[in-house]
Amino acid sequence: MEYFIQQLINGISVGSIYALIALGYTMVYGIIKLINFAHGDVFMVGSFIGLYSAKYLANAGLPPIVVLLLSLIISMTISALLGITIERLAYKPLRKSTRIAALITAIGVSFLLEYTGVLILGPQAQGFPDIMDKKQYHLFGTSIQVESNQIMILLTTIILMLVLQYIVRYTRTGKAMRAVSFDVEAARLMGINVDRTISATFAIGSALAAAAGVIFGMTYNSVDPLMGVMPGLKAFVAAVLGGIGSIPGALVGGLLLGTVETEISSLGFSSWRDGVAFAVLILILIFKPSGLFGKNVREKV
Amino acid sequence: MGIIVALAFYGVIKVLLTTGVLSDVNQSMLLLIGVNIMLAVSLNLITGITGQFSIGHAGFMSVGAYTSAILTLDYNVPFVPAIIAGGLLAAVFGVLIGMPTLRLNGDYLAIATLGFGEIIRIIMLNTEYVGGASGLSGIPAKTTWTMLFFFTLISVVLINNFIRSTHGRACIAIRENEIAAEAMGINTTRYKIIAFTIGALFAGIAGGLSAHTFYVITPGSFNFLKSFEIIVMVVLGGLGSTAGSIVGAVFVTLLYTYLREFPEWRMIIYSIVLILMMIFRPSGLLGTTKFSFGKFGKKEAKANDTIEGSSAP
Repeated sequence: MEYFIQQLINGISVGSIYALIALGYTMVYGIIKLINFAHGDVFMVGSFIGLYSAKYLANAGLPPIVVLLLSLIISMTISALLGITIERLAYKPLRKSTRIAALITAIGVSFLLEYTGVLILGPQAQGFPDIMDKKQYHLFGTSIQVESNQIMILLTTIILMLVLQYIVRYTRTGKAMRAVSFDVEAARLMGINVDRTISATFAIGSALAAAAGVIFGMTYNSVDPLMGVMPGLKAFVAAVLGGIGSIPGALVGGLLLGTVETEISSLGFSSWRDGVAFAVLILILIFKPSGLFGKNVREKV
Repeated sequence: MGIIVALAFYGVIKVLLTTGVLSDVNQSMLLLIGVNIMLAVSLNLITGITGQFSIGHAGFMSVGAYTSAILTLDYNVPFVPAIIAGGLLAAVFGVLIGMPTLRLNGDYLAIATLGFGEIIRIIMLNTEYVGGASGLSGIPAKTTWTMLFFFTLISVVLINNFIRSTHGRACIAIRENEIAAEAMGINTTRYKIIAFTIGALFAGIAGGLSAHTFYVITPGSFNFLKSFEIIVMVVLGGLGSTAGSIVGAVFVTLLYTYLREFPEWRMIIYSIVLILMMIFRPSGLLGTTKFSFGKFGKKEAKANDTIEGSSAP
């Protein structure tokens, strides 16, 4: 039982990373119906920016918590700009064209980011600096361990989720986003600047992915230019699992997927882990394509 | 007429190979071009003609490659039956993947096929019998120019005839508008499965041929990158055009061969070409233009006309 709970805790921290990336997928899909394949690579870029800024700031002699916060902010800001740039250059000209054309472009952007990364940074993995000292706590006097890192990950995720909820629920941009995702044309008629809203969506999604990237680096201590591929795909699985377009769905899907994966690894099938994630995806698509929290949308003739 | 030109092309290359004018490097490039033509033309049937976006084509290829390699390595099955068996098993997988398309469309189907491709790769990776991560090696290099040429010719002719048949027209109708096609009495599900099955069959055969060209197969050689490469060929040539797929396959193979030394530049060039293509010319190089291959007198002459007047899906 304790072992199970231990794995559950580990699963939650993996799952929070998936959930943060999945939010970006879900928001972009909800608004322009595009699977943004490049999202996983924005996560990678965010991780590298986090790495370099953390190294630089730590050398400057700042206290660990400041280093963490500053590198998170720097990474999120630059990645948000990257997200907007990608949208403007690659996706915006395709607003009117077919879905497949947009999807192919997204795959193209994804590979462009990956291999530009390989070209500039080299294909090898790089060590991520230890920003905070890792401490271990025992839960309620049992043998269940919680690492300070895991607490930090969960805290960061929860804070970002709350901020996101606030933005989507109460700000003008958030209201515009919901309107655009409901009906683009009607939103435009009501005077909403659709282009700016889409840019804002990309900015927020990319910033969250970058935060996930920094957290990922701190957890696994190793980052490389192709690291975005698998977490990116799995985050998409998480988004579909929760019901694509739904923000709570992305959170639940991410946590669920992370937990399932950790449990499977702990049963000794770690090399099958990725396969199980895709099997979950296909089963969900076949039996409940709208996901756990999704609405069933009928196609209009 | 087209067949005669193709056979003449075959003869010229055959003479060049036997007289040793073409080096080994050129020969392996020719074999790779043939394999890629089969892959591109078969994916074009699924994506370009039927409009079902599949990004797991390398998965079918790997089923064919592994099956035929095991048959020739462990059971001493002759080359041609082994290749065909590989193709047939891949076709079975095509049916299996075609089934869920009853429920999925567009983006979801793309992701599901990606998932299937990855699952096949992970199964191969974890099965000791097929060599796990190190794959199978010592596969006899039985693919000759003659074998390859006739397999390629047959697959292009068969797929092209299918496209121009009643069934092919039904597939095009599904691409143009699924709901309208259904309303016109076309059994959309059946045709989607047929397209997947035929596409998988020829991808499997191509996989078997490539396994018997390069001695060694690993799960890593059939990953998402490979599927992506096949998509690039099809998109570059023009979705929906057989001739376009052939041109795309030749172009990408040449690019691949000459950029072998700079793998990351190759990927960067692929992706930039793809993005620019989608923005400025989504119909591909040959796309919707009606093209007469007669005056070029190449192998592509088999395709007397490309699919007319239909936009990319």
